[in-house]
Amino acid sequence: MTEEASGEATPGVAASAHDLVKVYGKGDAEVRALDGVTVDLMAGEFTAVMGPSGSGKSTLMHCLAALDAPSGGEAVVDGTSLGRLKDKDLTTLRRERVGFVFQSFNLVPTLTAEENILLPLSLAGRKPDRAWFDQVVDAVGLRPRLGHRPSEMSGGQQQRVACARALVSKPSIVFADEPTGNLDSTSSAEVLGFLRRSVDEFGQTVVMVTHDPVAASYTDRIVFLADGTIVDELRNPDRDAILEKMASLQDIAANRSAG
Amino acid sequence: MFRLTWRNLLARKVRLLMSTLAIVLGIGFLAGVMTFSTGLNATFDNIVYGSTSDAVVRPAGDVQGTSSGVSTDQVVTPADVDKLAALPEVESAVGSVDGVGSYLLTKSGRALTGTGAPTLAFNYAPSENMAGEQILELNQGRWPEQADQITLDTSTAERGGYTVGDTVTMFVPTGDPRQTFTLVGTADFNGGGTAGASLVLLTTPEAQKIFLDGEDAFTSVSLTGADGVSQTQLATAADTVVPEGFTAVTGDKVAQETQEQIGQFLDVISYFLVTFAVIAIVVGAFIIFNTFSILVSQRVRESALLRALGASKGQVTRSVLVEAFIMGVIGSGIGVLLGLGVARVVAWVFRTLFGLDVSGEVLTLTPWTVVAGFAVGVVVTMVAGFVPAWRAAKVPPVAAMRDDLVVQEKGMARRLALGAVAMVVGTALVVLGLVGAPGTDAIWIGAGAVIWVVTTAVLAPVIGYPVLVVCRAVFGAVFRTPGRLAGENALRNPRRTGATASALMIGLAVVSAVGVLASSLSATQDAIVDDQFKSDFLVQTPTFQGFNPEFGDQMQDVPGVDLVSRQQGTPVSVEVDGSPDQTFASGVDPAFFQIYDLTMLDGTDQISGDQAVLSDSRAADLGARPGDTIDVQFPGGRTIPLEVRGVFEGTPTTSGLTVPLSVLEQAGIKRSDSQLSITIDPGADRAAVKKDLEAVVKDLPVLAVQDKVEFKELISGQVNLLLGMIYGLLGLAVVIAVIGIVNTLGLSVLERTREIGLLRAVGLSRRKLRWMITLESVAIAVLGAVLGMALGLVIGVVLRESLKDDLTELSLPLGNLALFLVVAVIFGVLAAIVPAIRASRMKVLDAIATE
Repeated sequence: MTEEASGEATPGVAASAHDLVKVYGKGDAEVRALDGVTVDLMAGEFTAVMGPSGSGKSTLMHCLAALDAPSGGEAVVDGTSLGRLKDKDLTTLRRERVGFVFQSFNLVPTLTAEENILLPLSLAGRKPDRAWFDQVVDAVGLRPRLGHRPSEMSGGQQQRVACARALVSKPSIVFADEPTGNLDSTSSAEVLGFLRRSVDEFGQTVVMVTHDPVAASYTDRIVFLADGTIVDELRNPDRDAILEKMASLQDIAANRSAG
Repeated sequence: MFRLTWRNLLARKVRLLMSTLAIVLGIGFLAGVMTFSTGLNATFDNIVYGSTSDAVVRPAGDVQGTSSGVSTDQVVTPADVDKLAALPEVESAVGSVDGVGSYLLTKSGRALTGTGAPTLAFNYAPSENMAGEQILELNQGRWPEQADQITLDTSTAERGGYTVGDTVTMFVPTGDPRQTFTLVGTADFNGGGTAGASLVLLTTPEAQKIFLDGEDAFTSVSLTGADGVSQTQLATAADTVVPEGFTAVTGDKVAQETQEQIGQFLDVISYFLVTFAVIAIVVGAFIIFNTFSILVSQRVRESALLRALGASKGQVTRSVLVEAFIMGVIGSGIGVLLGLGVARVVAWVFRTLFGLDVSGEVLTLTPWTVVAGFAVGVVVTMVAGFVPAWRAAKVPPVAAMRDDLVVQEKGMARRLALGAVAMVVGTALVVLGLVGAPGTDAIWIGAGAVIWVVTTAVLAPVIGYPVLVVCRAVFGAVFRTPGRLAGENALRNPRRTGATASALMIGLAVVSAVGVLASSLSATQDAIVDDQFKSDFLVQTPTFQGFNPEFGDQMQDVPGVDLVSRQQGTPVSVEVDGSPDQTFASGVDPAFFQIYDLTMLDGTDQISGDQAVLSDSRAADLGARPGDTIDVQFPGGRTIPLEVRGVFEGTPTTSGLTVPLSVLEQAGIKRSDSQLSITIDPGADRAAVKKDLEAVVKDLPVLAVQDKVEFKELISGQVNLLLGMIYGLLGLAVVIAVIGIVNTLGLSVLERTREIGLLRAVGLSRRKLRWMITLESVAIAVLGAVLGMALGLVIGVVLRESLKDDLTELSLPLGNLALFLVVAVIFGVLAAIVPAIRASRMKVLDAIATE
């Protein structure tokens, strides 16, 4: 693993963005999805990124997770600056230091739950740490389902498999993109509860993009985005505070577009 | 609805282009071989009609000599020609002198003629064909005027590297074999090419010297009728003055006879080629079917939306069928045009391999070819598109609102049950063929085999399962996770994998079946040679045409040579059940019976004078027993009664009727040898004797001295040439099948965009992703190859069984089959190149983010 000293690597920071800019399109069609975002995501914390539609929250996550290349600024994950990495190194970084949970289409349909969970390890050719695997599987409560294929599982179960897969390689940071977007409330609670426990019990770092205040209320910290910039943040949020913030963000956006 | 169909076509240009390519190639091939066949027929028609005069005076009888490779001593004197010319019905009578057994060398001394199409050597005398045109037209230089001058046809002169003024070497059938001439001109038949035959034009005295030992006479006479005289009137009038043993026939009859002779041979070529075009089209149909199936399943939501908006099932079906129709029209149109090019390629191959020359001028599209090309292309495309279209219409409207979009496909149970029944029916037909049902066995077996192939294609998803499981295990073990994923991908949609593999399966089934037959043929011929090659050496030409007996005389004098047996073959006519039956007779010398001891079933093989021995089957045909007398008519029209002395057990190398050489001489057939069998003295040095024998024929490369091993090689070389051609023709079907794999993979990659993105997100590198796609392609190719080869082996073995009277040995080309498997893997890798690159170029984010 190459340690690219970013110079500003602060102890306790799992990933950070420095003046991150992402522009789509050209000329009149230009959209600044990220317009100079600077943020540190702390290790061992459950962070939510919130904001109205089009605020750039997904783009921020994609850039930090090495899925997309920013137009400007710097993204650092686990002390490694992503800017100079080639596709091969990015692939390795994703495989070894980043975990993902997506909204849907999360699992490979031809593999069983167990195979899906172990996929990042088997792609890397690494032997799974059996004890850790068991711990994770028990934490998501999937032991009886390990031999099943995704088509034989409910949406909640599938998403828990995805969570287990994100954790099994012991990544520095787990990114979750609207992980409960397609789930009913019971399943959502299970998944969020598990993410919460992974932070509390395993010391995992989790960053979740969501627009659901209920989901956000499980986190330690919320970063609010609007029009590609960070506008606010909340620590140890409760649901009412979140709703209030969201409402004020919507108002700002509405006023801006009206004016 | 039509506008939607059109938009759909435009929106999926690349995919449709790829499946249209399957039609283009299939129809291109069909149109190409049809054009070639038409051109081939036109070429021969032009020659036949362009080179035949109003009437011909020729030796009487049922067997024509020159066209069958023998010359006779029947002649027409100049006085006879004058008598013919004096008839009021005759405008002109031109005597011609021709004969067989001449061979040309190239300028550098290699064989120019004698390996393929015949060499026609004759005297030049201006004469007119039926249309009143000169039969021969000068291209360059002039006609031969002196004994040492020669004029050749343009193509032969070119192939031999000769230009006017060069010295041309020709081997002649009588006297001193090696003669040289000066090339004074080139000429062609009025109708165009010679279809590969070589024309050698000499002065009349020189032709008479070579073919008639210098006698001032002619072998036939061409007649041109006076104005207003019909061919029949002309022939009838001429018949009154022709000499004994000759007859006058109309030009139409001569042309018709020639066409009948050539026609069979041309039909065989056409059927042979069209068979492969049909295979290519069937393979193409599978690809079209598969492409439409995938497109339809990807368009489920759209079809459901249409249904929800009020479109009827019929409208949805029709919209897909119209797409198929448009594809069929476009593909056939391009294919028909491509056929012009294909025809030229086929013509080139025939010219190179067989010296069969068809000029580009006659390779044009006939209305029939265009109509057939479009009809086949459009019908095949629409038939292939029907099932997918029907399936699209069955999507319930509510599917538009649902998330899980899958075309509900029926379980495999019904398919399996139907398939099992079809397999049993196919097997029953094959068994009927084997136990000898009425009619040709091969037709029963062929019908059964076709049912087998189709059923295997339908059942490929089921019976291919074990093959794919093995692939998955092997890939997983060798290539770890990407291999495992590739194996799973091949298994996830068995119908699609099965249908894609089926295209390849058909091609390989035919390849393997043909391989078994060819391999068995080689083995059978090896066994025959082992059994029948009793002499130490054989001397003959590749086409078994006669050659100058002078060579045999010289070989007799080579030190170490014990016996030289001369054999001369000739067609003859015998009477079977009251009607003339053409067969083949061998004239042999006494040494023949010393070298080959025939297994006598009845009587003796001691023959001399007007006597003959018969094979058991020929004796049965004639109902003849030793002591009986049979009438045999020879070329030239003479009938000789022969006493049957014995009946021997027929073998593949003996002719049914064997007579002393003296009988042929008595019938007026010019001496020439078709084959020499040579044994050496005990203790003589084989290699040295062979060297000395070869020295005798070193000037005439077309004549070869072969020992047993070389003879085997010669025969297996001929089998392999044919096999190579068949494989080449089947290669097209395989190429179409590979296009199918490219298509399916490309569509699968698009369909799995998100999954690929996910895999990339969790750490699959681009290289491993390419591996994954490539291995999936290899799995499909291996499945097709394994199914095809297994089926082909069974079909080949069964066909061999039904032909076991001729193919006595069974041999499995296992080495070739292993090679085919390797080739299939290579094709699998090639087919994956484009889809794999496309997949690896996909951006991770696009893959995940597309909603």
